[in-house]
Amino acid sequence: MTTLTPAAARFAPGRTIRLGLSRAGYEIRGYFRQGDTVFFTFLFPLLMLTIFSVAFSDGNFGTTPDGDPVTAAQYYLPAMLAAGVLLSGLQNMAIDIAMEKGDGTLKRLAGAPLSPVSYFIGKIGQVLVTALLQAAILIAVARIAFGVPLPTDPQNWATFAWVFLLGVSTCSILGIGLSGLPRSGRSATAVIIPIVLVLQFISGVYIQFSALPEWLQRVAEVFPLAWLAHGMRSVFLPDSYAALEPGGEWNLAGIAIVCGIWLVAGLVAARLTFRWIRKDG
Amino acid sequence: MTTENVVEVRQLRRSYGEFEAVRGIDFDIRRGETFALLGPNGAGKSTTIEILEGYRRRTSGEVRVLGVDPAHGGLDWKARLGIVLQSTGETGTATVREQLRHFAGLYPHPRDVEEVIAAVGLEEKANTRISKLSGGQQRRVDVALGIVGRPELLFLDEPTTGFDPEARRRFWELIRGLRDEGTSILLTTHYLDEAQQLADRGGIIAGGELMALGPIDELGGADARIPIVRWLDRGVLREERTHQPGALVARLAAAGEPERLEVVRPSLEDIYLSLVGESAAEQLEGSIA
Repeated sequence: MTTLTPAAARFAPGRTIRLGLSRAGYEIRGYFRQGDTVFFTFLFPLLMLTIFSVAFSDGNFGTTPDGDPVTAAQYYLPAMLAAGVLLSGLQNMAIDIAMEKGDGTLKRLAGAPLSPVSYFIGKIGQVLVTALLQAAILIAVARIAFGVPLPTDPQNWATFAWVFLLGVSTCSILGIGLSGLPRSGRSATAVIIPIVLVLQFISGVYIQFSALPEWLQRVAEVFPLAWLAHGMRSVFLPDSYAALEPGGEWNLAGIAIVCGIWLVAGLVAARLTFRWIRKDG
Repeated sequence: MTTENVVEVRQLRRSYGEFEAVRGIDFDIRRGETFALLGPNGAGKSTTIEILEGYRRRTSGEVRVLGVDPAHGGLDWKARLGIVLQSTGETGTATVREQLRHFAGLYPHPRDVEEVIAAVGLEEKANTRISKLSGGQQRRVDVALGIVGRPELLFLDEPTTGFDPEARRRFWELIRGLRDEGTSILLTTHYLDEAQQLADRGGIIAGGELMALGPIDELGGADARIPIVRWLDRGVLREERTHQPGALVARLAAAGEPERLEVVRPSLEDIYLSLVGESAAEQLEGSIA
């Protein structure tokens, strides 16, 4: 076939990236048109932050070294930022892909000249953009509505940036892996949401991490979420709060190691297991 | 294998455990022709078409689609195909125009999106979300997505299910237009009039075997198309197949006006039903023996 050479040239790596970006735009638009995802993944942490800030406004969350009381909003902001990364990354990705497997979207894409790499660039792009917007809104509402003091040291914001990016990447990749768990698109939310919910309860998102029994803390520390919440606390809480953490200090290396291991393991698993459709089905 | 054939299938077999869904079929589709694959549900039609599309593996046999083994077809191969799946069930949040623009962007030489929207008659729904369309309109979006990449070979798996008669006629016009532009088409359908209207050649598949193959007007062989004369002879219904029905009728009429006289030319549907019926009877015998 004489047409093969020019055709092959058109399918260069640049095309994979260009189509990936086109997918990302398409996915982001689709995301904000789905009322239920916008509520349960995008606005949910904001709702919880508001509820906790109002409900526990009289609660004692300790004081800063200057003697100012730490408010419920300040205390819960890092937890909700970590939850947002988990929801936007893992929950959104796992449910989305499981549904697309169920409703024939993946089968249609499998028949189109689209590389799975472009598909995932689109998905991860969507997660990155929505998670960033979500974090920005959480921080803005915490600052403006609840008067939460934000860190002024650029070092803190640098920590925020890498913990956030590592968290989003790890959660997205694990979401791809978990998308294979539901047996149908219909059961996707029923299978994924309980996993995410349990993880949030044991990882110090809703319940103060230091209040959990030590054995449960050790279990939670196997998973990335506890480390993401830890990292976010290190950014938004006074340094003196490190005393409440396991080991009595901010363990940033621990975040990088645990999330890094999950990220690499997740990438390998996704590469080995992802299929557009089951070929022998 | 020659480049004159866009599809070549030799001794294709596919089994699922003990069950043989496809039992060694052979056929070709020539460049530029419309080929209809007919058969009842569960006959092996969908398994065959999904093997050609690269969705399923085969157990044995040789298959070439545009000169490529579909089990190893890459992106450049997929760019030359258009696939309209049997059912999608997708209820996307994208509008018709957004969806078509997005998919057009995946192909190297797409058709003009507005022209495609007009060709499937969805101009008035171009800005409507696909999830808000009726079943028949969603089906037309499927067809539009199948042709937007300007395919050399188009797979249409029961494309007109859920169409009203008017929409079906318009769809036929669209398919004839594609054929005139040189697109090769593999069509499966339950509507035999559709196959008769659109296809140049066809095959009838039943029980995983090809029962008939050839030009659509000659399927089943010349013998299956011999006209039938029926009449009532002293209370008994008689029928005779003859190439000269007029002569037979004249002979009968010479002996007095025959009761309930009719001359029938077997339609594609009659031939189809008799072939599919034979296969079902054979299978029944096989399962008893």
